Amino acid sequence: MWRRKVLESGSKMKIAVTSDGTSLESPMNPRFGRAPYILIVTSEGDLVEVIDNAVNVNAMRGAGIQAAKSLADRGVEILLTGHCGPNAFTALDAAGIKVGSDQSGSVKEVVEKCVAGKVTFADKPNAEPHW
Amino acid sequence: MLNRTGKVSQPMKIAVASGKGGTGKTTVATSLAAALGERAQILDCDVEEPNCHILMSPQISKSEPVSVQVPLVEMEKCDLCGKCGEVCKFSAILTIGKTVLTFPELCHGCGGCMLLCPHKAISDTPRELGVVETGNVGSVEFVQGRIRIGEAMAPPLIKEVVRRVNPEKIAILDAPPGASCPVIHTVKRCDFVIMVTEPTPFGLHDLRIAVEAIRPLGIPMGVVLNRSDIGDGEVGEYCKASSLPLLMEIPFDRKIAEGYSRGDMLIQTNPAFAEKLCELFENISRIVNKGSDTRLATR
Repeated sequence: MWRRKVLESGSKMKIAVTSDGTSLESPMNPRFGRAPYILIVTSEGDLVEVIDNAVNVNAMRGAGIQAAKSLADRGVEILLTGHCGPNAFTALDAAGIKVGSDQSGSVKEVVEKCVAGKVTFADKPNAEPHW
Repeated sequence: MLNRTGKVSQPMKIAVASGKGGTGKTTVATSLAAALGERAQILDCDVEEPNCHILMSPQISKSEPVSVQVPLVEMEKCDLCGKCGEVCKFSAILTIGKTVLTFPELCHGCGGCMLLCPHKAISDTPRELGVVETGNVGSVEFVQGRIRIGEAMAPPLIKEVVRRVNPEKIAILDAPPGASCPVIHTVKRCDFVIMVTEPTPFGLHDLRIAVEAIRPLGIPMGVVLNRSDIGDGEVGEYCKASSLPLLMEIPFDRKIAEGYSRGDMLIQTNPAFAEKLCELFENISRIVNKGSDTRLATR
């Protein structure tokens, strides 16, 4: 259903979603830099890549910055997540990646919501930096 | 320099650490320095919350700002090759989209990005971390670092405090709590580490972590047990099992606590500790010398 909507709009883009697991049915993980996985999904609903974020989960500092960099390198245009800190937000913003924060549900659900135009994109971070 | 028994006492660097906070590091460090008098120098390396000054009321004669050199990028010279970001372990600089971002508060000032930039597009600019203050408490030399409020980068400031160790004195370095970078930067060039702990499960838990962090540095350690008559015998068992000498005990005494609350040093509240702390130093001195003898002998 939501696939059709995107096809109608004629656009096809890469959407990144922070996730607890590796499938579209996995619950979205609310943390950006330190989520176990980041899934790259096309606006048509196809899972194109599973990023194993293990390196960043235990990073002392700069986890969000590195995660932002890996999304930028992959040409991601939209990020759907729960919380996004100031450094990550700055990096995502510099890369022109739109951030839909405060999302919840399964990966599939949040992508559907986004494609249906029901996600408002943030203009500022919504989490404190992790020291 | 002569000690009480008329023997020359050699210069030495002794760190006072703990793992758990609030175990009595500063109580031990300040009184040890005061008991050693003109032979001693105290360096407060807990730059995020220096507190030796509260107990010692030093005369500060000099205050020097400390900064790290952080990168400044000229985008006209940059071709977005990304080498600067690849070398930075702290994500303080990275190429993203069509620009280079810097996060100065994450930068440790290593200069790697400037060195690797093929187009010399990165120069450095200072960012102030805090100050190092020097002075004296009577005949004891006093040094402390104070980090700028809001700043989180302690190690470069701690290095500046440690750099002021007087090689002619018995330097007592009061370490920050914990077992991470700030502690390692404090203890790494020391001859001995005094671990102050309390005989509780919490004290033991954090002592273990701190010992594990410091042991790979090969520095001899010993334990001072504070509030020694509370809790259980687990810390004692642990010390035995890990061959950590138990150097001194401080009882759980209301008078000591009251003195501390007034801002008095342990040896002011309980002068008998002056003698005990000098003995503690002699013990440490023996351990350090024995260690260096063994090292020389095995060469």
